[in-house]
Amino acid sequence: MASRTRKGSRLRMYFRMLSGSLIRRASRLVIAVLAIAIGATILSGLVTIYYDIPEQLGREFRSYGANLIVLPRGEAKITRETLRALRELVGEGRIVGLAPYRYQTVKINEQPYIIAGTDLEEARNNSPFWYIEGSWGDSQDTSQVLVGHEIAGTLGLKLGDTFTVQGVKYGESAEASRQDLSAEENQKRDLARQNFHTKLTVRGIVSTGGAEEGFIFADIDMLDDLIGDTFRADVIECSIAANAAELSELSAEIERIIPELQPRAVRRLTQSQDIVLGKLQALVLLVTVVVLIITMISVYTTMTAMVAERRREIALKKALGAENKLVMSELLGEGVMLGFTGGALGVFLGFEFALRVSLNVFGRGINFQWALIPATIAVFIIITVAASIIPVRRVMDIHPAIVLKGE
Amino acid sequence: MPQKILELSNVSKIYGNLKALSDINLSVNAGDWLSIMGPSGSGKTTMINIIGCMDTPSTGSVILDGTDISRETAGNLTRIRRDKIGLIFQQFHLISYLTALENVMVAQYYHSMPDEEEAMEALAKVGLAERAGHLPAQLSGGEQQRVCIARALINSPSILLGDEPTGNLDEENERVVVDIFRRLHSEGVTIIIVTHDPEVGDVAQRKIILEHGRITQDIDQTPIIRT
Repeated sequence: MASRTRKGSRLRMYFRMLSGSLIRRASRLVIAVLAIAIGATILSGLVTIYYDIPEQLGREFRSYGANLIVLPRGEAKITRETLRALRELVGEGRIVGLAPYRYQTVKINEQPYIIAGTDLEEARNNSPFWYIEGSWGDSQDTSQVLVGHEIAGTLGLKLGDTFTVQGVKYGESAEASRQDLSAEENQKRDLARQNFHTKLTVRGIVSTGGAEEGFIFADIDMLDDLIGDTFRADVIECSIAANAAELSELSAEIERIIPELQPRAVRRLTQSQDIVLGKLQALVLLVTVVVLIITMISVYTTMTAMVAERRREIALKKALGAENKLVMSELLGEGVMLGFTGGALGVFLGFEFALRVSLNVFGRGINFQWALIPATIAVFIIITVAASIIPVRRVMDIHPAIVLKGE
Repeated sequence: MPQKILELSNVSKIYGNLKALSDINLSVNAGDWLSIMGPSGSGKTTMINIIGCMDTPSTGSVILDGTDISRETAGNLTRIRRDKIGLIFQQFHLISYLTALENVMVAQYYHSMPDEEEAMEALAKVGLAERAGHLPAQLSGGEQQRVCIARALINSPSILLGDEPTGNLDEENERVVVDIFRRLHSEGVTIIIVTHDPEVGDVAQRKIILEHGRITQDIDQTPIIRT
């Protein structure tokens, strides 16, 4: 033969053999690819859920009310500037609801009640679990309010009813009724400059099974106008998408940057959220590990069968002068390609799987994690190669003279 | 004085209690065409396995192209086989998922560097240039054996070894393959063939008969070839 030129490269021939084996033996490799793809589907699906669970469950937990209560430090109240600073510090992306509350004692039919002035929209975001008969107030008509179920029962109020509230304006002091004056004259004195009174309409009746049923909820700006004062909140209830650790970190930051505020995490909620999350994530992790092991066993079995089935071919290659490591590199190369194909297929099927789980369990969609594409493919290439090592090492036990003669 | 390409001296092969080869002495010159014949179990395959570096003798020495292969490690035997031996099998043993051309190139790949042009030339020499892109399943038995011969020759081996190369072929294809051997012999290729078929055995330049692991006859057939 003429002296050999370097027209063809060994690498090109390697891939030619590899592609020939994968394409022309496709029907025999379907089971192996399926095993890997199923494993990759479950793995990538579970990992997607694993990363999405905190967000999904966090949102679920946010339905159970505020998880951070912010109080003023000392006697001072919370100003609008401080509220704005708090909102900026927490960040809009994490705020589910941030409702300031101002509590004001008023009289209705000469009996004391408490009006809680708030941002009704934010309060609604904070407490979606409140049962409202009627509807949440109307920001256009601030005279429409929510009345606690207990008060509505006591005063006999129904939806659409109007009632009068009165009280002493901010900074003024109440004067006792004078014995020497008639009731009408005393009422006129109550309506004097230092007092306020107004008519409110029942837009909704609040039932929570808690203390909220003993309050009247009104727009905080309307309340400020009524009592003749600027914005001064007694407390801010915050619903923040964060776990216990993040909340604790945020609290420390609030105390450091806005010293006039003292934040307190609602431990009952944050700890429950963390416990449930921890258990769910541990379960997902466990299932993932089990799936990986099952996939490895499946690939191991498939590769063992493949090496056994191809003993003659392996023996021939050795008879032609191929060293063990070269034949093993070819088989491992096929393993890498199988892992790649199965992994790539699994990423997309896994997202579909995670999406369906999320829609059925949480009623929400799910974000595709782009990083999962290379990660899943890499993991399944590694798994396939690792599971192939023992079967492929059997190449060393194949003796061409015995196998090619048909034993 | 012709160059000795192979020399077996007092070669024996023992499997447990079975003596497959017993005290074999054989010398083959470069360019010779030798047939090894004998009944089943006479030690033909054992002998060709030892010559083909796929087995080692229990005792004795085997000098192949100047190298004593009787005590080499498995790794060295693989290297020597790759460089000096071209193998032809009864069952062809082509790789099913590679084309005829790729099957020839595989031998180049394991030897040194694949060269498609050279592999095509080798196929052309056995009359299969037109079938280069076909898979083994698309080729007849005779065609498969010709691919096998092209593969065996592609690395210019010192010896072409055939184990029953016509055993799976019909008469017509047997004739085609024997003609190829005849041409290769005329080109100076050293050929050693194990065969049951007397017609194939008789066309060789020299024929040895093995019985119970011993050479019982060593026949020079040069005049037969001439006729």
